[in-house]
Amino acid sequence: MNLKKIKSAIKQKISHSRLILYSILLVGLLVGWINPVKAAGPEDSEALAIVKVRIVPVVGEEIPEGTILIKNGRITEIGTTVSIPPDTRIVEAKGLTAYPGMIDSYSSLGLVEISGVAATVDNRETGRINPQVKAIEALKYDSMHIPIARANGILAAVVAPSGGLISGQSTLIKLHGWTNRQMAIKESLAMVVELPGIRGGRRGFMGMGQPAAVSTERALAELKQLFHKARMYEKRRAEAEKNLLLPRPDFDEVSHFLLPVVKGELPVIFSVQADKDIIQTIKFVQEEKIKAIFYGVHQGFKVAEEIKKSGIPCLIGSLYDLPPLWEDGYDALFLNPGILNRAGVKIAFSSSSSSAAKDLPYHAAKAAAFGLDRKEALKAVTIYPAEIFGVDKDLGSLEKGKLANLVLADGDLLELGTRIEKVFIEGKEVDLSNRYTELLEKFKRREKEKKP
Amino acid sequence: MRTSLKKIVVLSTILTILGFSASSLLAGGNLLIKNATVMTVTSGVIPKGDVLIVNGMIKQIGQNLTAPPGTRVIEANGRYLIPGIIDTHTHIALSGTNEGTEAITPEVRMADVINADDPSIFTALTGGVTMVHTMHGSANPIGGVNVVLKLKWGKPSEELIVKEAFPTLKFALGENVKQSNRTLLPGRPQRYPATRMGANAIIRRELLKARDYMAEWDRYEKLRKSKNPPANLIPPRKDLRLETLAELLRGRLIARCHAYVATEMVEFLNLAREFGFKIGAFEHAWEAYKITDELLEAGVGVSVFIDSWAYKIEAAEGIAYNAAYCAQRGILVSINSDSSERIRRLFNEAGKAVKYGVTPDEALKMITINAAKQLGVDQIVGSIEVGKQADLALFSEHPMSAYTRCDLTIIEGEVYFDREKLLQEREAAAIKKGGN
Repeated sequence: MNLKKIKSAIKQKISHSRLILYSILLVGLLVGWINPVKAAGPEDSEALAIVKVRIVPVVGEEIPEGTILIKNGRITEIGTTVSIPPDTRIVEAKGLTAYPGMIDSYSSLGLVEISGVAATVDNRETGRINPQVKAIEALKYDSMHIPIARANGILAAVVAPSGGLISGQSTLIKLHGWTNRQMAIKESLAMVVELPGIRGGRRGFMGMGQPAAVSTERALAELKQLFHKARMYEKRRAEAEKNLLLPRPDFDEVSHFLLPVVKGELPVIFSVQADKDIIQTIKFVQEEKIKAIFYGVHQGFKVAEEIKKSGIPCLIGSLYDLPPLWEDGYDALFLNPGILNRAGVKIAFSSSSSSAAKDLPYHAAKAAAFGLDRKEALKAVTIYPAEIFGVDKDLGSLEKGKLANLVLADGDLLELGTRIEKVFIEGKEVDLSNRYTELLEKFKRREKEKKP
Repeated sequence: MRTSLKKIVVLSTILTILGFSASSLLAGGNLLIKNATVMTVTSGVIPKGDVLIVNGMIKQIGQNLTAPPGTRVIEANGRYLIPGIIDTHTHIALSGTNEGTEAITPEVRMADVINADDPSIFTALTGGVTMVHTMHGSANPIGGVNVVLKLKWGKPSEELIVKEAFPTLKFALGENVKQSNRTLLPGRPQRYPATRMGANAIIRRELLKARDYMAEWDRYEKLRKSKNPPANLIPPRKDLRLETLAELLRGRLIARCHAYVATEMVEFLNLAREFGFKIGAFEHAWEAYKITDELLEAGVGVSVFIDSWAYKIEAAEGIAYNAAYCAQRGILVSINSDSSERIRRLFNEAGKAVKYGVTPDEALKMITINAAKQLGVDQIVGSIEVGKQADLALFSEHPMSAYTRCDLTIIEGEVYFDREKLLQEREAAAIKKGGN
């Protein structure tokens, strides 16, 4: 609410002074960036008890049969002996397993609807340097892909813009809400930087992708220059505020929107693939003293120790890809997450998609088929991404005090044949119907009509 | 049980007679796979089963089998042995896919452009795939003649061709044919057809021409064979394009039609009825769930993705229930990859069908015996049966589980992918590298 007052105050004072305007606007934007997790309000006060359910809390021991008590959107009790207060709605879940909702650590949900139809694609701005664009502002909250992902147990997702060198600002959303802003967990999660891939740029359909404009060396040099410029811009502006005789620097959009990055407030997600590029980027991050997360990390297995030492977490790119180099072995991408995990690198899986966002659990299972510990695979779609994105106080596991974002599954959460029977987001049961079920029902009616 | 056993015995005797000549030609490998969970696909699961392969053919299935001396023995330790996976729609191992300069090109043949060096062959083997239907692309309403290959990595292209398979001709409908997602190059005119009306019309036009062409030849043959053939009798001009279509109309070629939306499939069924040609399957068939009655009536199967959808408008109503629902309705369903990447996890794609309503056994059929039926090779592959060719794959877990991994791929008794051996070689290479 304070933020709104500040913003309206800004509007009234526009004519008074640009100086005041900019400084307040800056504070306002920063507050917006470090937006805290939106907790469920007291209006959702229905108490709920999920009983006779097997519980895989991810953090803590598995409970073969127990109860989860939910009030005001949060888990208030969890265990084998939980006393249920009167006026509590009981959900019997015998034969089902409760898991925390999964988090897709990198997707294009709500930005790409039908990839081949340009009018429905909003993830790729023109130009190469776009720190000003924000995924949350284009998020199609009623995307047909969101309920499908939700029905597969994915309850939160990073939505990232794409393309160029600085693609824009990603957002972290919960997969429920009636407007884009309602869905935001963190409106601005991280700046997305796409460094060139191993084959020199991202590949598109049948190899017709955009060629890389520059090498990683040059891309990082360019970033260094942009970051330096942003710091100088900030300095000159601060000087001009102190000394009214100094001219204020002209408004520079790129510098303006890079300020939270260079100040270490807004992390950068670096899309980086090759081993040598990972090493260079670690050095860059350390020199620039910025917060960083890696994404993609195809050849991470070659430099797992170095990544571990840097403390930079890794969002694993889609495993629905061929190895970037045949020399790495046919199974390089499948082995990579396990090797990184065993080296002590914090990993999280991603769908890197919108129409296939629902497949997030299968990427984790694929890595498990190639050596990643199964429990670690589950953590890498729940608690690890929550920790990486700084929302583990609310999300990522079933623990007392956390948001009641959970799914009831009829089997192993990462298994292909498993069905999600119920989903709760912030303690409220969410509808599982989606485009798949709606169309199936519609055309099943044809059979029914035939019957006399 | 008894009757099915009898059937197997009868079938195997017939096949041994047939297979004898085949196996001597194949000169396939000899192997004994021990203690596998044998998923025969057609006659249940044998928990601790052995499979004996002699000259590339399955000789014996049972328990505690012994092999002739010198036979390589593979200890499966309970791992899952399944028939080699068959992908009914790919474009791998070809050095060309689309002859897209014209809309009608039935004269082109994929068998002429096999690329046995395509690394996609190896990629597919790492996912347990042993056979592919590799096809002309979907640029043209009438494309080319497809070919079925066994993925004998390292062998020359002639040895890859599966001669027993139905010869098939590629048709395509919808957005690719209309070129509706393509930016026109300056100075390049829009190709006919640009609508679904045009696509249907151009196919009908060509089939009418083919009918005339056949009539011309019939007339010529009649005259030639008559008692007093005219002295100046000349045969009609040979036209390879119409000749191929004539083969379709004679029933010696089977149509495989790339189609997405319900209307275009209904209309293609009508064309087939109008001209009396056979449809092997609809490819992709994203809206098949809307027209199950029509497909059942025509006896036409579908070769589909499980859930790769929403990449264009005609795929925006492609629901993941499509495969399962069609199968429940009794339609013959196979799941294809249509991708040199997805091919290596086709078993995972089939596994997803379980979520949408079929049993794991039914899902496994969609990439084995159902696929074999659609390609006309179910007498020789697609299940683990005595007398069939020994195309097999060994998986670490149940093949329909997300946690499974392919460890071994065998074609006609020869091992074409061996993960364990590969890991050993990798280690040896690493040691060698370290020593330098």
